Amino acid sequence: MRDLCLLSVGEMLGGMAAGEFTSQDLTQACLARMAALEPQIHAFLFIDADGAVNAARAADARRAAWRMGDDSLPPLLGLPIAVKDVLMVQGMPCTCGSKILEGFIAPYTATPVQRLLDAGVVIVGKTNTDEFAMGSSTENSAYGPTRNPWNTAHVPGGSSGGSAAAVAARMVPAALGTDTGGSVRQPASFCGVSGIKPSYGRVSRYGLVAYGSSLDSVGVLARSAEDAALVFQHMAGQDAMDATSSDLQVPSYTASLPQNLSGLRIGVPKEYFIDGMQPAVEQRVREAIAQMEALGAQVAEISLPYTSYAVPVYYLIAPAEASANLARFDGIRYGPRETGENLLDVYHHTRGGCFGSEVKRRIMLGTYALSAGYYDAYYGQAQKVRTLMKRDYDKAFEIVDVIAAPVAPTTALRFGQHTDDPLAMYLEDVFTLPANLAGVPGLAFPVGFDTAGLPVGMQLMAKPFNEALLFQTARVFQAQTDWHRRMPEQGG
Amino acid sequence: MTNVNTYEPVIGLEVHAELLTRSKMFCACPVVDSTRAQPNTAVCPICAGMPGTLPVVNRQAVAYAIKVGLALGCRINPTSIFERKNYFYPDLPKGYQISQYQHPLAESGSLQILTCAGARRVRINRVHMEEDAGKLVHLQDDGGAAYSLVDLNRAGLPLLEIVTEPDLHSLEEMKAYAAELRAVLRVLGVNSGDMEKGVIRFEANISIRPAGSAVLGKRVEIKNLNSFRTMERAVAHEIERQTHLLQTGGIVEQETRSFDEATGETRVMRSKEDAHDYRYFPEPDLPPLVVGEDWVAEVRETLPELPSARIMRLVEQYGLDLPQAQQLAESYPVADFFEQTCSMTAMPGRTLANWITDSYFAWMNERGRLFAEGRTTPQMLAGLMDAVRTGRVNRATAQSVLFRMLDSGVDAEELIRSQGLEQVSDHDEIVAVIRAVIGEHTTEYERYRVGKVELAHWFFGQVMKRTGGKANPAMVRELLQQELEK
Ligand SMILES: [Zn+2]
Repeated sequence: MRDLCLLSVGEMLGGMAAGEFTSQDLTQACLARMAALEPQIHAFLFIDADGAVNAARAADARRAAWRMGDDSLPPLLGLPIAVKDVLMVQGMPCTCGSKILEGFIAPYTATPVQRLLDAGVVIVGKTNTDEFAMGSSTENSAYGPTRNPWNTAHVPGGSSGGSAAAVAARMVPAALGTDTGGSVRQPASFCGVSGIKPSYGRVSRYGLVAYGSSLDSVGVLARSAEDAALVFQHMAGQDAMDATSSDLQVPSYTASLPQNLSGLRIGVPKEYFIDGMQPAVEQRVREAIAQMEALGAQVAEISLPYTSYAVPVYYLIAPAEASANLARFDGIRYGPRETGENLLDVYHHTRGGCFGSEVKRRIMLGTYALSAGYYDAYYGQAQKVRTLMKRDYDKAFEIVDVIAAPVAPTTALRFGQHTDDPLAMYLEDVFTLPANLAGVPGLAFPVGFDTAGLPVGMQLMAKPFNEALLFQTARVFQAQTDWHRRMPEQGG
Repeated sequence: MTNVNTYEPVIGLEVHAELLTRSKMFCACPVVDSTRAQPNTAVCPICAGMPGTLPVVNRQAVAYAIKVGLALGCRINPTSIFERKNYFYPDLPKGYQISQYQHPLAESGSLQILTCAGARRVRINRVHMEEDAGKLVHLQDDGGAAYSLVDLNRAGLPLLEIVTEPDLHSLEEMKAYAAELRAVLRVLGVNSGDMEKGVIRFEANISIRPAGSAVLGKRVEIKNLNSFRTMERAVAHEIERQTHLLQTGGIVEQETRSFDEATGETRVMRSKEDAHDYRYFPEPDLPPLVVGEDWVAEVRETLPELPSARIMRLVEQYGLDLPQAQQLAESYPVADFFEQTCSMTAMPGRTLANWITDSYFAWMNERGRLFAEGRTTPQMLAGLMDAVRTGRVNRATAQSVLFRMLDSGVDAEELIRSQGLEQVSDHDEIVAVIRAVIGEHTTEYERYRVGKVELAHWFFGQVMKRTGGKANPAMVRELLQQELEK
């Protein structure tokens, strides 16, 4: 019997449709693999084995009852997926990797998750994350880090490290992640999988526990751009519950592919190749760009001059928004509540005791940036620079169709490499932050390995709401390469 | 005793008014009467501040806010911005209140008030939208330990904050402004005006300066004033306190105070140093609120005549005196009823207004009913008025006809005819009755003749009694005089 876990999303859906196997077979295979690998990887904070099997059984029953002439079956019927633990799934815990939501059961379901449930998916569990998605390694999870399936001495990246590791280890074919400053793309890069960070407003944020509201996005991690597109197709689109979601039509992300990339104008920003970056990263990315050129693309160097401001701008805006977003965790209505002599004590003990140090650091940073007398110098100034960064991208997209760049300056870090140096950790995000600040979509996918055998990722960015071009370009590339088919030994 | 005349108070009011929309400001929960509903029965994940939820602006609340802005003569900003006002309190589920700050919906208006000194306009600085907080109930357990419960029914209700310039210079002006604003909100149909339910709440900014000075003194803010009476007492006390301070060489500190109902005094809540830093910033979950000219024009169409304008018009158009006009315009259905009736009868407006404010209101009092429960149409009242005016019924009869009309909904004409209430104005018939009465009371007649002239009243009463009150009183008076003098 072949290992169902190794199939692509398309093969899984096709196999179920053809009656070769059932959703129960598939779901059981995923659960078995999770059970085998979780002790080393720890990708999940919650596994809903019973719920998943019941949902798979219901999906199978629905498929069996289908007759010619009935409404067509949901497009993802019976497909097992995982959901990052910052998205609400009614009835399941939602901890956001934090002690302050220990024991919290989601009272409703996030819109993108609900849309996938309506499309037929089976949710196997909730994946690990840096606390409130603040971090780039999952080391900030209050429930212990996730390990990189390629080498468990290394981090999987973050904050969607649980989702990236689960996909890389073939525990699930696809998992939802969120990306506020690179939290889908960077772990995708570290774990050798493909991850889409959509344009701001493309996917509803309703039910995503907010970190930086003007930057947050919900995306998908999968083994290939095509797998990601198959799932992403059913999450995108306007939502009446999210006033910032766009009313633009959702195109097909899995339309038939051109043979090559002829006519595609690729811009390579010089600011994304910096001193001190790992040589293997630059080499693999440049090789991938050369390969795209060989596939017919026109490649030109471009400049995004404001790139160097991304770190300071991001670390003012995101913490400022977070300082307000996390105010609701006060122990009054849900979550643990510490005791105190008076109300202020209760707040201090609850928040002081239940938030981790990185979360507290960002809350304080953001509170300071918004304080009377400092607002203009920090938050106000950061918003102005953000506008200039957006203009950088607008200008670039007048002359190129996509921007190609590394996802991170390095491959996956070792555990503890930067835990004592938050600033060094923040600099790891330098290539992923600009897309969030500018609101443009980004797609990360593997383009090779470093000398230690760790995956190297590249990202493509496009104009807002042109995810279709990103999927198409990466699919053409992946049709000609097999980096995305490599899998870690852990998963072998 | 201090001499308060040497100082002049400068008062600005911030009025928080709940909007009578169907649903809350940012979610689909119904707006319920939070003084009566079971606690936490109109609550959803959004207004409970559950993680991951997002606000969506209630269009009806915006329309109401535009309406108020227009009624107050404000400029409606084509783009306004919601911001987060950050502070911790258990009745504030998100840890911030969504409000407007730097770019409010409406700015620079005014409201006309009437005081003894005449009419004047109070400048309005701004009108902005925000959401209400929940309610805390403070209790004690059996052991006497204090605890608090949170009710979120009110959390997320749409609120309007209406802020004046420091334009009010006496308690009278302040009261007139508050009452006029309440009347405007009621007439616009955006607020019930039920003060006891807390749907309108006040905050007052008070400073004192030497009379005639243009310089503003240090400002003291008094929060949580939930009735006209409380506001008046608090502000009166605060004026007195500041005046006394200045007259005794003290200094007024800029601070926030609260009013203690029991002692009738204001108390420091927060000094200037302890003032909250609310760390306002634009709400990233809501795009800028864009209000196009079309929308403003559409709302403008629905604007009713405002109370002060209507009062002035009632005075001018119908010759009413001011208190009459104010009494009618207190409730627009009453004023509408008056105007409609007036258009159907030749009865002078002043007289008709008295029939409504005296007799109709007397019926309401006597029967314990509301105005709308009277079963009389304007046409029916106009019919009765014509009968009075032409002398077909006398005043006293008409009053009882009105009561029956309000009770039954039967036409005045019908009641007069079927019950034989028509006024007797026949000369011979009245003379016959008078002669009969005199004939039966020869003793009284003799006493009258020898100088007891006040007996004329007694004879008048006897004649009216015998005609069942229907005789034309003026004719009776005249003919009785003639007969007694014969
Ligand atoms: Zn609600």
